[in-house]
Amino acid sequence: MGVEICVEGLTKSFGQQVIWQDVSLTLPAGEVSVMLGPSGTGKSVFLKTLVGLLKPERGSITIQGRDLTRLREHELYEVRKLFGVLFQDGALFGSMNLYDNIAFPLREHTRKPESEIRRIVLEKMDMVGLIGAEEKLPGEISGGMRKRAGLARALVLDPEIILFDEPDSGLDPVRVAYLNQLIVDLNAQIDATFLIVTHDIASARQVPDNIGLLFRRELVMFGPREKLLTSDEPVVRQFLNGRMQGPIGMAEEKDAAQVEQELAQLRKGEGRGTGPDATGGPTKTPGSQVMTPRLLPGPGITRPPRWQAIARREAELHGHRSREVADA
Amino acid sequence: MSLSPTGALRQSGNLFAMALDVFRTMPRRPFQAREFIQQAWFVASVTILPTALVSIPFGAVIALQIGSLTRQLGAQSFSGAASVLAVLREASPIVTALLIAGAGGTAICADLGARKIRDEIDAMQVLGIDPVHRLVVPRVLASMLVAVLLNGLVSVVGVAGGYFFNVILQNGTPGAYLASFTTLAQLSDLWAAEIKALVFGAIAGIVASYKGLTAKGGPKGVGDAVNQSVVITFMLLFVTNFVMTAVYFQVVPQRG
Repeated sequence: MGVEICVEGLTKSFGQQVIWQDVSLTLPAGEVSVMLGPSGTGKSVFLKTLVGLLKPERGSITIQGRDLTRLREHELYEVRKLFGVLFQDGALFGSMNLYDNIAFPLREHTRKPESEIRRIVLEKMDMVGLIGAEEKLPGEISGGMRKRAGLARALVLDPEIILFDEPDSGLDPVRVAYLNQLIVDLNAQIDATFLIVTHDIASARQVPDNIGLLFRRELVMFGPREKLLTSDEPVVRQFLNGRMQGPIGMAEEKDAAQVEQELAQLRKGEGRGTGPDATGGPTKTPGSQVMTPRLLPGPGITRPPRWQAIARREAELHGHRSREVADA
Repeated sequence: MSLSPTGALRQSGNLFAMALDVFRTMPRRPFQAREFIQQAWFVASVTILPTALVSIPFGAVIALQIGSLTRQLGAQSFSGAASVLAVLREASPIVTALLIAGAGGTAICADLGARKIRDEIDAMQVLGIDPVHRLVVPRVLASMLVAVLLNGLVSVVGVAGGYFFNVILQNGTPGAYLASFTTLAQLSDLWAAEIKALVFGAIAGIVASYKGLTAKGGPKGVGDAVNQSVVITFMLLFVTNFVMTAVYFQVVPQRG
């Protein structure tokens, strides 16, 4: 069963530069959450702070009743065993082949016999589809394979919390789709708490239970997927629709007057029916936002009660939509 | 390296904290024997040949200087004694340290730096493994061990080189040269030199590891880290050498 992470008033800065401040959110146990944000808003910093690699200036991170920001070094190493982290490039150990990389945490932390280690490693490699690549070195394989190997290594100690740092960066759309399916399948199978840091909107629409958005040095919004996808908050809408009009600019934020003007133009445009909101499926909710269907665990996966409920809800939504389409 | 005074203080503070961490972590089980042996072999393999090649001319230079000096002073009978003393006390720990820092330390720093910027170190920490225990301690111990062993090698090669140049090229008397070996030098000189080498090895290993683990800013950051680690190690070595020599003369009574 997953573990809840409770973040309270977290602030992080490097020297004079504040990365983000007063971030408060709760990652519900066993659910999938996505942290979105434009490039350079400190999403990866947030992730590293969550596992205690970076110390925040203020605030607390509570996991199983312990505040991560106040733990001593050796206690921190204990708590970290709850975590599995997939780094951007997999962060595999360059001097070891894939098998040894994935076996590494087991060999360091457990006294399991080599046959048992072999069984676990091969099981995880099978999970991420890497059977046959055991002897390869990280330098000899593609970025997608490195990511999957990094994921297998993160899974090997049966973590309660899995953090993904941009799982989709540098992958082609097909591989991203497979990886998203893998993430959903994994969540149904191991029931851990997932946090995915990304700026890929398509994944954010399909995969999570909860979405958060970091922008302008703060957490703009964090909540259930439906709430964010139907939100009227300008930043959220601009980001989820990937358009230029709105508060997010190329370099940093824009000035308020320009934002007002752009949004007014956009509203006029939508009034004429030429709004650019068309990145996902065709269902329009009352907020005139696109509600993409959720990605469900694959057919071979036994769904725990949580996923059965989600599947029922999705089926209702879909059924409703197909009737609408039929009526039209 | 930042030029502000607080930046320099912070750097030295962090370096010192890392050194304390290394010594505190050293007794922790399980000892990383495999990593230690690999690293010791690695450091030895990159330093043995350069050390031998450097110590021959180094011993020769000392022999030449002392040879001409003793002739000018009319004390040829002491040329062997003086050159052994110079090689044993000063030349060999310093040569060893420079090579451990220059060849071994740079390799350690580059290796750890590359791992750092590829997120491998972070990944290791997240997997609940302390990189100081897993990576740094074996490397520091390896460079200490190799420094001690190399110091022996340098002493032997340096003295042999000195003998060769004094006897063959400066027409010294072989018997007198050998006989005078122990007139000034004593066994405690060798021990002191070995202790120096041990400390220098530790400094080189710790500075290289510290710089490697704090590398940032991509491949260029690794290059900078290697560069700084050599410079810092050299500065620390010469200061430490001075202090240790001064203490040695106070503590150990001298012959003659």
